[in-house]
Order: sequence, then structure tokens, then C-alpha cells
Amino acid sequence: MAWALVLAAVLAVLAVVFVARPFLREPTPASDRLDEPGEAERRRLGLVEERDRALAALKELEFDHRTGKVSDEDYRRQVGALRRRAAEALRALEPRVDAAPSRHPVDRERVP
Amino acid sequence: MAALGRAALLIALGLVAYALVAGSYAAWKRRRRLALSAQNALLAAFPATVVAAVVLWVALGRRDLTFQYVAQHTSHSLPLGYALAAFWGGQEGSLLLWLLILTGYAALAVWLNRRSRELVAWVVPVLGLVATFFAFMLCFVSSPFVTAPAPSDGAGMVPSLQNPYMLAHPPMLYLGYVGLTIPYAFAMGALLSRRTDERWIVATRRWTLAAWTFLGVGQLLGAHWAYVEIGWGGYYAWDPVENAALMPWLAATAFLHSVMIQEKRGMLKVWNMVLVALAFCLSLFGTFLTRSGVVNSVHSFSQSSIGGWFLGFIVVMTLFSVALVYLRLPLLRARTRLESLVSREATFLYNNLLLVALCLTILWGVVYPILSEALRGETRSVSKPYYDFFLHTFGLPLLLLMGIGPLVAWRRASLRALGRTFLVPFAVAVAVGVALLAAGFGDSLPGLLTYTFAAFAAASIVLEFQRGTAARRSIAGESRLRAFTMLVSRNRRRYGGYIVHAAVVLLAIGIAGSSAYQTIRERALARGQSMEVAGYTLTYTGLATRQLANAQAVRATVDVSRGGSHVATLHPGKNSYPVEQQVSNEVSIYHDPRTVGDVFTIADQIDPNGTLYLKVLVKPLVNLIWIAGLVFVAGSLVAMWPDALEQRRLAERYEPEAALA
Repeated sequence: MAWALVLAAVLAVLAVVFVARPFLREPTPASDRLDEPGEAERRRLGLVEERDRALAALKELEFDHRTGKVSDEDYRRQVGALRRRAAEALRALEPRVDAAPSRHPVDRERVP
Repeated sequence: MAALGRAALLIALGLVAYALVAGSYAAWKRRRRLALSAQNALLAAFPATVVAAVVLWVALGRRDLTFQYVAQHTSHSLPLGYALAAFWGGQEGSLLLWLLILTGYAALAVWLNRRSRELVAWVVPVLGLVATFFAFMLCFVSSPFVTAPAPSDGAGMVPSLQNPYMLAHPPMLYLGYVGLTIPYAFAMGALLSRRTDERWIVATRRWTLAAWTFLGVGQLLGAHWAYVEIGWGGYYAWDPVENAALMPWLAATAFLHSVMIQEKRGMLKVWNMVLVALAFCLSLFGTFLTRSGVVNSVHSFSQSSIGGWFLGFIVVMTLFSVALVYLRLPLLRARTRLESLVSREATFLYNNLLLVALCLTILWGVVYPILSEALRGETRSVSKPYYDFFLHTFGLPLLLLMGIGPLVAWRRASLRALGRTFLVPFAVAVAVGVALLAAGFGDSLPGLLTYTFAAFAAASIVLEFQRGTAARRSIAGESRLRAFTMLVSRNRRRYGGYIVHAAVVLLAIGIAGSSAYQTIRERALARGQSMEVAGYTLTYTGLATRQLANAQAVRATVDVSRGGSHVATLHPGKNSYPVEQQVSNEVSIYHDPRTVGDVFTIADQIDPNGTLYLKVLVKPLVNLIWIAGLVFVAGSLVAMWPDALEQRRLAERYEPEAALA
């Protein structure tokens, strides 16, 4: 019984220390503010998702066209609009893309 | 030792309650250190729960009968493996398993996503809320650490639970049930933090798939367990507890499909939130059904008082989810719309409607007895014909859609293109249907339709792989094998999904064959007598008894022959368990490799004079159901396997600075 209580006390102390750790490590932090994405970051995320969606849709359309699921007529009708959407998203992201142009795998040629 | 278990649970309760309260405050007031502290509390709750679990396992292993839980679920003669498995054999242990898996999953999910602080800040209190409920139940309502003076021996384990499947089936189901908490917590966290981008979907994609796979495998293991152990000759009886696992699986299946529409088209955001909440609430409901004893079921091994608590918690979580989705509706509006009713996304939508309709009709069948008793004071229940009707009504179109979906293009498909892609699967389906009709399979319309639709879906899957490989070869000039492997490895979710579809086709064929076209015969046999069933001759040749570790076994010897050749010797019989004072049917099965079916024998009764009342079921194609399980796991693994390129792309999307570092 006694050893059980000792073990339980050790467990409780360890838990309390671990929970208090952020306060013990930074007793007086420069900032205690939890970051949240600002309006610009939210907009960037929306545009990146839109760009990825448009590029993925283009690849999908190409592939479906090759496998015969999309007729030539449907392909011609859809490809223009999708390219425009992708271009618009890329243009809106341009400053960001300039900052990191070569690291984006989607921009590379990728066969489905 | 029980004191250590109780203390560990109290510490776990304190930690998860802190994660809930401090985490909510920190996320609301944007306090960084407090949010990290709450996160640490959630992480620390796992080792605390592990200590409690180890205490219970040690008590079970030592048959420490001063623990009431151990005395109620084990005995000195119970083999060690089953004694340890008694952890999830009763209500208190099952609740502890829930908490153990939940805190483990929560710790891992939070740690893996620790960089997305603003999202995780709200995920922590949601996980804390669910964990607090289970920890509270374990501390104050249904503790596995209640002690009393030890009886001379324990009550033992229900004989039907004394089966190797006991070691795997319940934990698998719990891994699935509890796993659905993670996508739910991230979805609610996204709503609370107003982050309705796809971050939460990306973070929980594999969690949802893993939970769904565990739930699927758990159900198949349960079905096989019922088949070989319960001894009535079937594998699924529409039992409320079986349905309890099927419903969240169906909701999660719908979610896995519809979430693709959100990722590809930015649509169905509200619907996805509803589905993820439905799957989670149904997983709670499943646990409630299993443990409360509120409905009669072969799985409800005890009546208990936790029903009210569970029901209250389910109501709270449902209201919380509905209110949150309602409050965030303006953020969930889609900017794109369905372009055509003949498109891939439209087929996904139809698939979703059918899956949810099937799920809700099963739910109605499960709650009807509870409602009728509560409102009218009399227990009325729905039975197999009700479920079979809706399975045919919604399941058969689902099977057909599974073949149609992959053939239809995204956004819009023209009739000309559809005609071209449908030609081969349609021809295969018609040929199979006509051949089966000619062979006399027309006496069961659902059976015939299942085979025909399964042929259509199978042809469509094969065609997808073949056309995809050919297209890749024409683009990249690769060999057939390389093109095939690259096709699958570069599109794991899509082709893993097709492999899972193939598993469903096998499952459908197995179910149709073994139910619509099975043969059942019963006869009293004296030694030396034979009976004929579906081309097999079964001859009863003798009877033997032997003593097992904790039971007395009686086995008949039955020789099976086909076309005059001996193919197997079967030993159906019964076990008598003196401690548990129960008798179990022990079936004996011949797996016929020629038909992928079984000759299933049950010794219904054995008279003192040696007369055997033998029941024989010949179940064609039944083994496809178990093979489907293996294919299902393979497909899920392919779909879940990490794709480094994809992960880099997503890392850059959500953490551009970290990706560039």
C-alpha cells in the first residue's frame, strides 16, 4: 500500500512538473501571445489551396483525356478555364512565389 | 496495488480536465504558455493511463481476486491469454481501454501537429473534453479498481469469449471507434479557431483512414469469430452491437469520399463537418450500446448503470457539434458549385447519400426497440427482413456506383465519352448476368444482381488500372511493370482506394454466395448413417470425449466425401464449462478450395445413446469474405502509405518558413 502511494506521488509530481514546464522554462517571456494567422496569411493559404486545386485539376483532366474518360470536345472546353484559374491563383501569389520559386514540387513536371 | 490504479486514474482525470479548462482559456485568450501547458497535460495523461492499465493487467495475470473486476471476469483455471484479454471483456476494462487508446492517440496526434499551434490550441480542449468524460466515468462511476474480500474462485469468462479472436477483435474495434475522435477533434478545433481551410483535413487524413481500417478489420474479425465460434452458421446477424460498429464505419466511408470533393473542388465543407461529427457520435453510441446493456444483444454481457451518463454525453457532444457547425456556417460556404449531375463529384455525392441513408435506416432499426419501450412500454424490434430490404435497396446501387464512379470524369462527362468507357464493363456485366441466369441462379434476384453489379465493378477497376498504366506508358515510355508500379505509387490514395473497392466486390460476392445460394440440411444420425447435402456425403462414424483445461469436450467424427472420394474428417461437438455452468457449440468446417466455400457442421444435440442431430450448411464462396479482408488491408495500406513529395508540398503550403529552413 505504501509503495503504491509513493509511486502515485512520484507520478503526480512528474505530471505537475511536465505541465508547468512552459512556465518554468520561460518565467518572463518577451511575448506570451499565441500566434494566429493574420488576414494576409489566411488569404495566402486560400490562394495556395486554389492554385494546388487548379493545377491538380489540370493534371487530372490531361490524364482523363489520355485514358478516354474525357472526349476531345470536353477537354477543349474545360482546359482553357482551368488554365485561367491556375494562372490567376499563381499571379495572385506572385510575390510569394518569387520568394521561393524552386522549392514547389507542384511546379515540377510530374506524370500522374 | 488497486490504490496505485485508482491514483493513476485520478491523475489522468486531473490532467485531461486541465487540458480541457486551461486549454480552452488559453485558446480563447491566446495565451501561448498556457496552451503549451495544456498540451503537455494531454501528453502526460497517456503515461498516467498506461500505469492504470498495467495495474489492471498485472491483477488479471495474477488472478488477484480481491479486484472485483478480476473476480467477475476470470477464474483460476482460465488460460493466461484469456485472463489478460478480460481487460476488454467487461465494462470497466473496456472504458479503461477507451481512455488508454484515446490518450495515446491524442498524445501522438498533438505531437505530430505541434507546429500548427493555432489549430492544435483548440484541438487540445476538444480531446480533453472527450477524455475527461471517460476518466470521470472510470474514477467515479465504473472503476476497475474496486476491491473486496477475494472469493475462492472467480466467475470465469463467458465461453463464447474464450476464443483467440477475443485477443484481436475488441481491441481492433476500439482502435477504430476511438480513432474517429481525432478527425472529429481537429474538425471542431478548425471551427473553433475559424480555420476552415484544409489544414485539419490534411492533419487527419491518415488518422481517418487508419480508424476506418481498424473498424473494418475489427468487424471482419468479429464476423469470422461469430462464424467459427457462436455456432449458428452465419457471420452477421444484424445484432444491435454489430450494427453499432457498422454505422460509424458507413459514416466514415461517406466522409472519406466526400472529403475528396472538398480537397479537389472546395465543395461540401458543411457536409464534411456533419459527417465527421456523425461518425464520432456514432462511435460513442456504439460504445454505449455495447456496454450499457440497453438492448438485447449477444454482445451485451452485462446490464449496467452507465447508460444514462453515456446518453447524456452523446447528447452534449451532438448539440455541441451542431451548434458549432451552425455558428460557423458563413465560413463554410463553398465558392464552387456542382457543374453537372453526370460527373465524378456527382457520383461521390450519390454514394454519400446512399451510405448515409443506409447508416440512418440501420440506426432506426437499432433505436426502434429502445424508443418503443420508452414511449409505449413494450419492446418491439425489427429483424433481418427489415435490414435485408434496406441493404438491397441502398447496398446494390452502391455496388453499381462503385463501378460507375471511376469511369466518370471530374466536373463534366459527355455521353459519347461515357459510352466509350462504359462499353467493356457493361458488356462484362451483361455476359455474367446472362450466363448466371442460364445456369439457374435466377431464383434469387438480389443474388443475381449482386453478382452482375460486382462483375461490372470488377471490370471497371481492372480497366482503371489497365488504362492508367497504358496512359503512363504513352507519356513516360516506361515498361508495363514500371508504369504500373509508378502509377500506383504516385497516386496511392486513388489506386489504394480501387484496391479497397476490389475488396468490397469480393465481400459482396462472398455474402451473396453464402447467403442467397446456401444449402441447409438437418438430420438425426445414428453411428454409421450418412446424409447428402449439395453434392457432399457426410457419414457419422463415432463419438469421443476429452478433458480440456477448463471444459469437458464431446466431439463427433463425421467423414465428408464428394463424388465418392473422401475429402475431410470433421469433429463438430460441444464444450461444457463447469465454472461458468454453460455449454457451447463447437462447429467443424471443411474449406473446399474448389468452390472457395465451406461445409459447415453443427452438432445441434448429442443424445446419451450416441444419436447425433447434425446440422449442415454448404456455403458457396464464403471464404471470399475473409480474403476480402486481406485485400481491404492491402488497399488501405497503399492509400495510407506516406508520399514524400506530397508531404513536402503540404509542408510548404502550411509552414512555408519551416519548409524552407
